[in-house]
Amino acid sequence: MRFGIVVFPGTWSDTDCHHAVNGVLGQEAGYIWHKETLLSGYDCIVLPGGFSYGDYLRPGAMAGLSPIMDAVKDFADSGGLVIGICNGFQILCESGLLPGALLRNKHLEYRCQWTNLRTERVDTPFTLACEPGQVLKVPVSHGEGNYYADAATLDHLESEGLVLFRYCEPSGEVTPRANPNGAARNIAGIVNAQGNVLGMMPHPERCCEEILGSVDGSLLFQSIVESVK
Amino acid sequence: MFLAKVYVTLKPTVSDPQGQTVLATLANLGFDTAVDIRVGKYLEVHIDETDRAEADSLVYRMCQTLLANPVIEEFRYELELTSEEE
Repeated sequence: MRFGIVVFPGTWSDTDCHHAVNGVLGQEAGYIWHKETLLSGYDCIVLPGGFSYGDYLRPGAMAGLSPIMDAVKDFADSGGLVIGICNGFQILCESGLLPGALLRNKHLEYRCQWTNLRTERVDTPFTLACEPGQVLKVPVSHGEGNYYADAATLDHLESEGLVLFRYCEPSGEVTPRANPNGAARNIAGIVNAQGNVLGMMPHPERCCEEILGSVDGSLLFQSIVESVK
Repeated sequence: MFLAKVYVTLKPTVSDPQGQTVLATLANLGFDTAVDIRVGKYLEVHIDETDRAEADSLVYRMCQTLLANPVIEEFRYELELTSEEE
């Protein structure tokens, strides 16, 4: 399969994503400059982490209006897989592909650390290689990852099963202590109603090899590859 | 020409840890009658337009599409005529 990795000015995790899906998983991957307006020949679009447009105004505000985003919306509407990681999650929320917003971390600190994520569903293209409730060790690196949505939206996410990952203890227990940024209901990642668009703050592309301290991120990319077969 | 003075603020329901931190520091400095702070953004937009209604409509659309995020923010603005020239 072929991954398309979108590059905005200020994106910094594009080559990490390329290494994970191509170097580690052996899949085809190409870069897409954000000024492009067409997406063809891709099975999954990745919006990587970074500081697109320097986080000016709000993280993801300008990138969410970049020319490529209309094509990403069309791709998602036709069922294509889209994964936004960190700044990519912020861009998906800003562009309206996912609900809610990412606020400044509650404690105001930039956090670069390991987190544990409880996998809430394994019937999505992003988690089908995981065990139900599996705890994944995945790092975060952000200053504005505090997921916010109004109470009605949060309740909707919960009732429809759209919360895919929650910050948890290594045991899987969801606690305030395990929450690195103050995110509502420990939300680390959500999917859209169709289940083909995922936004998550943690970085799966940074933990696909033993030498990096965890291989759990590769489960996400393996899931995507299996779902496209 | 018009000058739009745009104020973007967090919705009252959205917590503002930055404002709380500034408030705590003011209290440390003895400004203990400051009881709440909300940090927001101020933007000045110069608009090459002669018609006030048109300028107003433009600023409103700018705020809705980019300058503010309706999920977490509110906006208001003042519109000043800065010169009669095009």
